[in-house]
Amino acid sequence: MPESSSQSNSDQRSTPELRGRAGRMLTEKWFSYLCVATATSSVAVLCWLLYSILSHGLPALSWTLLSNPPEPDPEQAGVRPAFFGTVWVCAMCGLMTLPIGIATAILLEEFPPKSKLGGWVYGLIQLNISNLAGVPSVVYGILGLTAFVSMFGLFERDQDSQSSGFELGVTYYNQFFSEGDRAILIPVENVDDKLSVVSEGMEAYTFARDADGATIVDYSKLVPTEINVITYDDPYPEDPAVLENTLFADAEAGRVSQKSWYYFQVPFGRGVLAGAMTLMLVILPVIIISSQEALRAVPSSLRAGALGLGATPWQVVRTVTLPAAIPGIMTGAILAMSRAIGETAPILIIAGIVYIRNAPQHLMDDFTVMPLQIYNWTSRPQEAFHDIAAGGIIILLAILLSFNAIAVLIRQKMQKPLS
Amino acid sequence: MPRSTRFSLNLLLSFSATLFFAGCEPAAPTVADNSVSTSDTAGSGKKMPVAAEATSTETPVSTTANTELQGRVEIDGSSTVFPISEATASEFYKKFPNVTVNVGVSGTGGGFKRFTKGETDVSDASRPIKGEEFDAANESGVSFVELPVAYDGLTIVVHKDNDWVDHLTVDEIKTIFNADTAAKSWSEVRDGWPNKPIQIFAPGTDSGTFDYFMEVVAGKKGSLRADMSTSEDDNVLVTGVSGSPSAIGFFGVAYYEENKDKLKAVPVINPETGDAVSPESSTIESGEYAPFSRPLFIYINAKSLSRPEVKRFATFYIQNAPKMAEKTGYVALPADIYKMGLKNVRSRKTGTHYVNADGEKREGPVTEVFQATNLNTGK
Repeated sequence: MPESSSQSNSDQRSTPELRGRAGRMLTEKWFSYLCVATATSSVAVLCWLLYSILSHGLPALSWTLLSNPPEPDPEQAGVRPAFFGTVWVCAMCGLMTLPIGIATAILLEEFPPKSKLGGWVYGLIQLNISNLAGVPSVVYGILGLTAFVSMFGLFERDQDSQSSGFELGVTYYNQFFSEGDRAILIPVENVDDKLSVVSEGMEAYTFARDADGATIVDYSKLVPTEINVITYDDPYPEDPAVLENTLFADAEAGRVSQKSWYYFQVPFGRGVLAGAMTLMLVILPVIIISSQEALRAVPSSLRAGALGLGATPWQVVRTVTLPAAIPGIMTGAILAMSRAIGETAPILIIAGIVYIRNAPQHLMDDFTVMPLQIYNWTSRPQEAFHDIAAGGIIILLAILLSFNAIAVLIRQKMQKPLS
Repeated sequence: MPRSTRFSLNLLLSFSATLFFAGCEPAAPTVADNSVSTSDTAGSGKKMPVAAEATSTETPVSTTANTELQGRVEIDGSSTVFPISEATASEFYKKFPNVTVNVGVSGTGGGFKRFTKGETDVSDASRPIKGEEFDAANESGVSFVELPVAYDGLTIVVHKDNDWVDHLTVDEIKTIFNADTAAKSWSEVRDGWPNKPIQIFAPGTDSGTFDYFMEVVAGKKGSLRADMSTSEDDNVLVTGVSGSPSAIGFFGVAYYEENKDKLKAVPVINPETGDAVSPESSTIESGEYAPFSRPLFIYINAKSLSRPEVKRFATFYIQNAPKMAEKTGYVALPADIYKMGLKNVRSRKTGTHYVNADGEKREGPVTEVFQATNLNTGK
C-alpha cells in the first residue's frame, strides 16, 4: 500500500474510508478463518478416508491376502498376481518414463533452438506436452491398444497359427492328451505348421517323472515316447500303462508354448510391456513439465559460471544443472508414479483381466494390477469382498509409499546446498 | 523430506505387524450360508441327472490334480457372469493346475468384440449374442457353441420401511420407469398410495442388466426415463435405495440376497397367471418369476474346443454350472438345458439359438428358445 494513502486515512478518522478499513480487517479475519476451515476439512476428509479404510482393511490383512491368487471365496482370496503385476508395470513404466521425460526436459530447457524452424518445432512439442497433460487417461488406454497391443494391425495374425510378427525365446509344441490323461508333446519346427495328426511312430515326448511317479513339468527334460494309435474298432486297452500312451487316430492337438523369461514378441500383445508403455504415455507429460520447472529453478549464474570455466553445454548439464535439479525432478516423479500406480482405466482397456493366478513371468505375459482387483472386489455383492478390497487398498498404499521412499532417498542423496 | 520417509517406514512397519496379528477373522457367513441354503433347493430331483452324469463321465474334483495337461484358456466378457467363470476356473485349477485360465471383465459387448475376432476362447455374456455380432463372427470365420449357464433374477427393491408397496404389476412398473409416463410420485402409480416423490436407482446404461430391463419394460422402441440415478456399481444402488424411504431400484438378485436386512424385494405379478411372485431361487428356476428372470450364457469358440485343455474346461464348466451358479448367488437352469449344452459341446453343434434366419432376435424363455430346432448355424 502506498505511504500517502495510509497517511490520508489516519488523518480523517471518521470518514467512510476508516469504516472501509475496519471492514477490510474483518474480511481479512474471515478469510484467514476460511483458509483454516478449508485446510482442515480437506485433511479431515483424508483422515476419515484413511480411518474407514484402515478399520475395514486392517482386520482383513493377512498373509493369505498377500500370498494367494484371487479366489471366489473371500476367505481364501489374495492379491499376489495383482501385487506383482503392479510392481512389474510400475517399475517398467518408471524405468522407461524417467530417462525419456528428463531427456525431453533437458532438451527443451538447456539446448535452445538454433534456427527459426527449430524454435517452431520446440513450440510445437511444448504445446503438445501441455495438451497431453490434460487428456483423460482412458483415451491413452485406447491409444495404447492400437499403438502397442496391435501395433496398428501392421503385423496381421494368421488365424490358424498362433504366430505373431516377431518372436524370441519361445518353443512351441503340439499337445495331445492321451486316453490315460498324459500329455503327449510333439515339437513344432515351424510356427506356421498345421497342427499334428496322429500317426504311428511319430516323434513324441512326454514329461519325465520322478521316483514317486509325479510329473516333472520341465520342457528341457522331455522323454521320447512311443505312441499307441487305436481306432474305434480296436479293443480299448485296459492296462493303465498302455493307456497313458494311447491316442485315438482322430485325436486333436492343441498348440502349447514354453516361454523363457526373456520372451519378446512384436506386436507386444496385451502384456506387461504394453501396459507399462501406456502408463508411460499417461505420466510422461507430468514428468516433463515438472522436470522443466526444476531445471528452470536452477539459478542461471551457476550455468554462466560453468560455461565461463570452459565447460561444454553437455558438461554443464551433467555436472551442474541436472544435479541441482534432481530434488525437484524427483518430486515430480513421485507425483507421476503415484498417478501411474492408481490408474485403472487404461489398464482395464489394455489387459482387462481380473482373475489370473500367476504373477507375470516375462514382459509379454498377461497381468492385472491392484486397482483393477480392488475395483472388482468392491463391486461384488458380498460384504466380505469389500473388506478384503480395503485390505488391498492398504497393500496398494504400501507399494506406493515404498516406491516414493526410493524417490525420497534419491532426492536426499542428491540434495546439496547450492552455495 | 525426512518426515515422509519416516511416515512410510511407520506404515510399512505397522503393515507388517498387522500381518502377524490379523490371523482369524470371523468366517464370512454370507457366502457360506448362501451356498448351503441354495444347495438345499437344488437338491430337488430336477438336478440329479446332471450330477449323476458329472460323476459318471468325469472324475470328481476331489481326486488328485493332473499336472500333465498344459495350455491356456482365455475368457472375457460380462462382469455379471464373471463370478461364475471365476468360481469354475478356480475349481478347474485344482484339477489341472498347469492350465492357465484368465478371466477378464470387458463387458458383454466388449467381450463379443474380441470373441468374434477369434482373440478369446470363451466369452461370458449376460444376454444372448446379437444379430450383428453373429454376422461379425461368421465373417471372420469364428463358429461357437452357445451354452446357457444360469438364471439371474432382476430384483425390484424398495426401502425396508416402505409399507405401501405390496406388489407391482408389469404395467405399474412401466408407469414408473418408462420415459413417456415417468410417474413423479407414488400416488400416480396406484390410487391410495401416498403422494411421495419417487426416487429411482438403476444400473448403468452400459450394463446388460439395464439393457434387459429396458427391453422388458420399454420394449424395443421405447426408452427408460432419464432422471434416474445410475451407477455401474450395484452396491451404490443398494446404498441409495436403503437410504431413502420413497426410493425404488432394480439389480441382480445376488445383491438383494446380501442386503436383505436393508431392502424389501417387491413381488411382481406374473402376467400369465396373475399371481404375485417374489424373486427366490425356486420361483426363478420354475419360471414363475416372470418377466424379470434372464438366462446368462457362455460362448465357446469351436476351433478352441479342439484343444485338449479347452475341451476339458468346457465340459467341466457345464457339468459344474449348477453348483457354481448357486455358489455365486445365481439360480441353476433346468437339468435338461445343461444336458443339451453338454451334448452340443461334445458334438460341436455350433451356432446360436437366439438369432433366427432373418437375423432377428428370438424371444421367449430359455427352455423354449434353447431347442435343437432353433439352432442357427449361420452358414
